[in-house]
Amino acid sequence: MTGLQITWFLLIGLLLTVYAILDGFDLGLGFWHLFAKKDRERRTMIRAVGPVWDGNEVWLLTGGGAIFAAFPPVYATVFSGFYLALMLLLLALIFRAVSVEFHSKVESARWRTAWDYAFSVGSSLAALLFGVALGNLLRGLPLDAQGNFQGSFFTLLNPYALLIGATGFFMLITHGALYVSLKTGGELETRARGWAKTAWYFYLGLFVLASVITIAAMPGLLDNYRHSPILFGIPVLALLFIVLMGICIIKGNPRRAFLFSALSIVGLMSTAGASLFPRLVPALGAPELSLTAFNSSSSELTLTTMLILALCGMPLVIAYTVWAHKKFAYKINPGELEG
Amino acid sequence: MDPVLLARIQFAVTVGFHFIFPPLTIGMGWLIFYFMNRYKKTKDEFIKGIARFWIKIFALTFAVGVATGIVLEFQFGTNWAAYSRFVGDIFGAPLAAEGIFAFFLESTFVGVLIWGWKRFSARTLWFASLMVAVGATLSAFWIIVANSWMQTPTGYEVVGGRAELTDFWAAVFNPSTLPRYLHTIDACLITGAFFMMGISAWYLIKQKHVEFARRSLKVSLVAGFIAAALQLPLGHYHAVQVAQTQPEKLAAFEGLFETQKEAPLLIFGIPDAEERTVHAAVKVPGLLSFLVGFDTQTEVKGLNDYPEDEWPPLGLTFYSFHLMFILGLYFIGLTALGLFMLWRKKLFSSRFFMTLAFLSLPLPLIANELGWIAAEVGRQPWIVYRLLKTSEAISVTVPAGQILASLIMFSAIYLLLGALWVFLLRREVKKGPEVAS
Repeated sequence: MTGLQITWFLLIGLLLTVYAILDGFDLGLGFWHLFAKKDRERRTMIRAVGPVWDGNEVWLLTGGGAIFAAFPPVYATVFSGFYLALMLLLLALIFRAVSVEFHSKVESARWRTAWDYAFSVGSSLAALLFGVALGNLLRGLPLDAQGNFQGSFFTLLNPYALLIGATGFFMLITHGALYVSLKTGGELETRARGWAKTAWYFYLGLFVLASVITIAAMPGLLDNYRHSPILFGIPVLALLFIVLMGICIIKGNPRRAFLFSALSIVGLMSTAGASLFPRLVPALGAPELSLTAFNSSSSELTLTTMLILALCGMPLVIAYTVWAHKKFAYKINPGELEG
Repeated sequence: MDPVLLARIQFAVTVGFHFIFPPLTIGMGWLIFYFMNRYKKTKDEFIKGIARFWIKIFALTFAVGVATGIVLEFQFGTNWAAYSRFVGDIFGAPLAAEGIFAFFLESTFVGVLIWGWKRFSARTLWFASLMVAVGATLSAFWIIVANSWMQTPTGYEVVGGRAELTDFWAAVFNPSTLPRYLHTIDACLITGAFFMMGISAWYLIKQKHVEFARRSLKVSLVAGFIAAALQLPLGHYHAVQVAQTQPEKLAAFEGLFETQKEAPLLIFGIPDAEERTVHAAVKVPGLLSFLVGFDTQTEVKGLNDYPEDEWPPLGLTFYSFHLMFILGLYFIGLTALGLFMLWRKKLFSSRFFMTLAFLSLPLPLIANELGWIAAEVGRQPWIVYRLLKTSEAISVTVPAGQILASLIMFSAIYLLLGALWVFLLRREVKKGPEVAS
């Protein structure tokens, strides 16, 4: 049973990490959308995520479903506790989703501008909120004995969560800028490389700052690290990937930079996971009330069944996802915008 | 204000609006696959044009379906935390399975089908259209599994204040899963067919894209008739299951108060819970008993056998069930008439039929909503039948004011999305298919 619970803790981490890498680049691209100069460039950017964004978002839906199935109290506590923030996230995701399809349907400057904003603001807001949510989980939530959240919307806007939110945000927009530079050519590609460079400095700076503040002010998050110092390798690797990514950006190798960017996301998510384990929702000020993989999981039968379902289904999913991403991995030329 | 009521209204608004779209994309998905299959066999550019036009219509609808569907994956947790804690051990698995076995498939191949015409071979596009239809149909399966378990829970035991899984397959194939799944998928096929039929009929009224419209109409008419006719046995199968597993729901459908043999089937009437009778009832004596047990002597349970506080709201359940039923009969009538006229070679010149077909375009959408209302309201006051009451299932931490705010937000967004969908649909239809005609 313990093994199953740990497995599901890791699997959910994996689902959310893949989500952050895949939807991360199209959320990040969304942020830069308004920085593109001409309608033509903006249409190219939407074209760059058009075929894949929906499949990317399914990782979030499946992650949500998996949390519900494997750790129901976590799903209940976090989703009801983050109520207003989640409503804001849903608003952002709804507008972002339809704007991809609606954007090019009407030949009118005002129509296009409206959807440009919907796409960009929606994507940016989502990119920010995910990080703030993670920051709050790391910091811990005020919980009562029934596992109900005891704060308000403003409890969630604390400095530590905002710092993690900012780090996550710059992580995703660096990732997105690199994706733009891979998918486009000419002037837009050059500009996207510039965006990536600018965003990368913030990403690096915020990562270092967040690490220092975590070490200085969040002792609870270091328990696992003190217990097994080998874990310190994870954030060190994350930092290494961020640095390597920066070198590749400066040397003008966006393909390799994108790879290191993805690895740095794995590094950051793993760092957070190693801090939290086995906690999924630490209770602020009352460790005994924390929701953990061990006290909040579904029954052994459910966890086993879900594992079998995942082992049957996911290899196939991974196979055709890789196939589709490879097939769609080409630079968009201007002629491609029609039809 | 009452947070339970607000949370229920919000759930009804978000699911009700979302439920316009998936039945359309499931039904149209299979019709598009039909044309893609014809195209693969004949290499006929005209058929390719037909498929591409319907894919465009599909894409618009799919986008709104996806956007509004995201809300549902979250809403159990946000608004129904007590429910989520109680059922998570069972209810979460089908939601995750929907992602693993259906959403990934559908979304990945929708991307190929919409954006891949310049890069992919005809074979790949054909395959993509099949995977889209299969994915959408599988997705409906897992959602129906989850919802059916709320109707007729099996394969669990209640331990320490939560329902724990004891038998996965018993929970998946609970008594109502199969009848409800077949009934729903068939309704989706009717919906897709009527949608295609209505738009084609409009072109024929306007005498535009005539060849395109004739071919689309023929295919959707045949599909619509088969699906509508199949709904008689499938609907019946489902109703018999309701009679066996949720007798008070069937009694509410039929406005039956007294448990009796030779129970009548009500064609229509005005149910009155206070006086425990149905006014102005038009009924066929003995038919309900006969339908439930193939024998007029079958005893059918009436509402009087159950405590009144466990009755579903009578009016809403009764009217939505009957209106859905009448619409179902109308769908058979209309498509049968169309087929008859096709056989007599009078169909395409009949302005009367085309007008009727065009005006009938939204009716299956309404029938779907009515069916869903009958099923869900008919389960009240329970959220999980005879296990957990709706009133005990909400998130206690979310104040009424916040639910009201999110309800207003969703209502406004959905009004806007609905209006945009209709606006863009009309534009796309007016623009017409890009085929030689």
